[in-house]
Amino acid sequence: MMTQNTLVLGAVAYDPKVVTIWDGFQTYFEQHGLEFDYVLFANYERQVEALATGYIHVAWNSPLAWLQTQRIADRLEQHAEAICMRDTDRDLVSVVVTREGGAVRSVGDLRGRRVAVGANDSPQATLIPLYFLAQQGLEPNRDFEVLPFDRLVGKHGDHIGGERDAVRALLRGDCDAACLIDSNLLVFAQEGTLPAGSVRTIATTPPYDHCNFTVLRGGMSASVERFRELLLGMSYEDPDVRRLLDLEGLKCWVPGRTEGYGLLSGAIDRFGYVEDFVAAVAVRCA
Amino acid sequence: MRVDLADLAFERGGALLVKRALRAAPPAEGVTVFGRAPDLAVHLRAWCRAEGHEFRWVENNGTGHAWIMRGPAAGQRWSGAERAGQADPHVRDAVLEHPPQRWGLAGRGALVEAGSPEFRFQLDRKSEVWSADVARMYAQAAAAQWDPATAVPWDAEFDLPAEVEDAIVQVMTYLIENETAALVVPARFVAQLHPHFREVMQLLAIQAADEARHIEVFTRRALLKRKELGLSTAGGQASLQTLVDEPNFAIASFLLSVLGEGTFLNLLWFLERSAPDPVTSAVCRLAAQDEARHVAFGMAHLREHLQAQPWMRETLMNAVRRRHESLRHTAGLNAEVFDALVLLAAGSWDCADIGTGHDAVSTLVQEMHSGRKRRLLHLGFSDAGAEEMSALHTRNFM
Repeated sequence: MMTQNTLVLGAVAYDPKVVTIWDGFQTYFEQHGLEFDYVLFANYERQVEALATGYIHVAWNSPLAWLQTQRIADRLEQHAEAICMRDTDRDLVSVVVTREGGAVRSVGDLRGRRVAVGANDSPQATLIPLYFLAQQGLEPNRDFEVLPFDRLVGKHGDHIGGERDAVRALLRGDCDAACLIDSNLLVFAQEGTLPAGSVRTIATTPPYDHCNFTVLRGGMSASVERFRELLLGMSYEDPDVRRLLDLEGLKCWVPGRTEGYGLLSGAIDRFGYVEDFVAAVAVRCA
Repeated sequence: MRVDLADLAFERGGALLVKRALRAAPPAEGVTVFGRAPDLAVHLRAWCRAEGHEFRWVENNGTGHAWIMRGPAAGQRWSGAERAGQADPHVRDAVLEHPPQRWGLAGRGALVEAGSPEFRFQLDRKSEVWSADVARMYAQAAAAQWDPATAVPWDAEFDLPAEVEDAIVQVMTYLIENETAALVVPARFVAQLHPHFREVMQLLAIQAADEARHIEVFTRRALLKRKELGLSTAGGQASLQTLVDEPNFAIASFLLSVLGEGTFLNLLWFLERSAPDPVTSAVCRLAAQDEARHVAFGMAHLREHLQAQPWMRETLMNAVRRRHESLRHTAGLNAEVFDALVLLAAGSWDCADIGTGHDAVSTLVQEMHSGRKRRLLHLGFSDAGAEEMSALHTRNFM
């Protein structure tokens, strides 16, 4: 039964398992005395706006959605807070890979070439690596051609399919390099998408952080605090939550931190990626 | 602790060496990982993050190595894990009376992670399914498997009078449908049995496989000289349906293995003796040898079951009465099968031979009754109870 004390979380349905995960967490929270419900969104932009309007109290945000929320909050003179994240959300890196034995042996060799990326709104497979290459003096779509693999735009790259398509394009010779997150490079190597020795990493970005639970200060503070306590108290030893943690890809929840989003913030500033959206939502919520 | 992967890539098996080193490292002691594979640092970083291990990459004069501290997750996963009994059934308490459903398909004796899904195996009481001798019976059954292609002299030359061949085809047709029931019943129960009772599961499975071979050789014998099978009667099928529909394992096992297959043992040895050709004789002998094991297991586990739950005898007796009532108005054994048995025992249409053949089949029916009664007495039924139950057993034999 939903009451006015029910804490409502928003999450993006990038995969059917999202229902299993949040149904499971809902049961856990209610067993521990927290009235909890969740709403699934088809894209992060809808979720960001729902948090700004107060329709939801907590958003399970991608790094891009976090920055969108933070910038909207700034315009509304509110304060966005990242209260919690996965242990696996910290210190990720993206890589630029090329075919082993090919002509491209360094970032400089990409000039005039074609580089495959993930979805347009993917921080890890598009925005951060393109920003990184720009910092190395290679401006996307000027110094090299960008070949995007848009899978489920609006999901901010949560779906692995775009990166898999990008590396397949690399193996086929449709491009000269591909951008992806380090964990997917390992997954593709282990599953055989990338045969052993088929690609070489020519660049690695500095570490950055990924998802977080975002709140706007002021709403449901006691419930939010309890929610955070319960997350941080979850143990991988507990078989009931272990299956949910495995599905969500973490071993433990850790306190949120915001210093790991500088690289992505620089990317969206440079590419002007979110300004129109941020301005429009701020106007609607003012 | 130090591990050197040399040129081995992390994703080409290097992960095994790193995991081995982490397992061997004393608590709170890190592992340093060296290697020359190009993406070692990238892969190690991603893997450590996913596994919850602490990771640092240390650059030193143009080369680098990783430092990894094992995280708590690997140990936490096995917290609360349970040992699912013991693999060796002869070890004390190896086989539990009531194994939990969460042990599921895990091999008996495996360490089962907490949080494994709950299965719904209905046959989950040792006292209802187990026999102390079941492991030996399974081993014996596995060793006694025969190849239908080579165990039967299919190429033996013989030529029977047309009506004798017809009689063989009719008997084979009858045997096929009875063996089909004997396949379906254990196959249905094996899917309901808790795999903790591994040897029972294996024995039921091999029993079903035995029946599959019997169906094959009986079919092949029937079609050796003819293009079609014989007759299947409504009464015969009604009798078998009561076996297939019986939901209780103990009752089904009692009706099928003790009474049905026990009776069939007499029939198959009778056919082996009376067979007018070497192929019929061989297929009946091979099937009889297998059926003897099925009867032995049915007897063994029911004997133990009845020792633990003596009141079950009344249940079994009522099941026989109920089955008899439900079949009261059916024909039982079809006349064509009975006539065929007489002809096979007679060996010719000569009046004297037919009389002798009829006497032989009557003797067979008496032997079947005596055999059933002996087995019932062995299960602890009273003389009067055994007499009544054997007399009420289906006229269809199975």
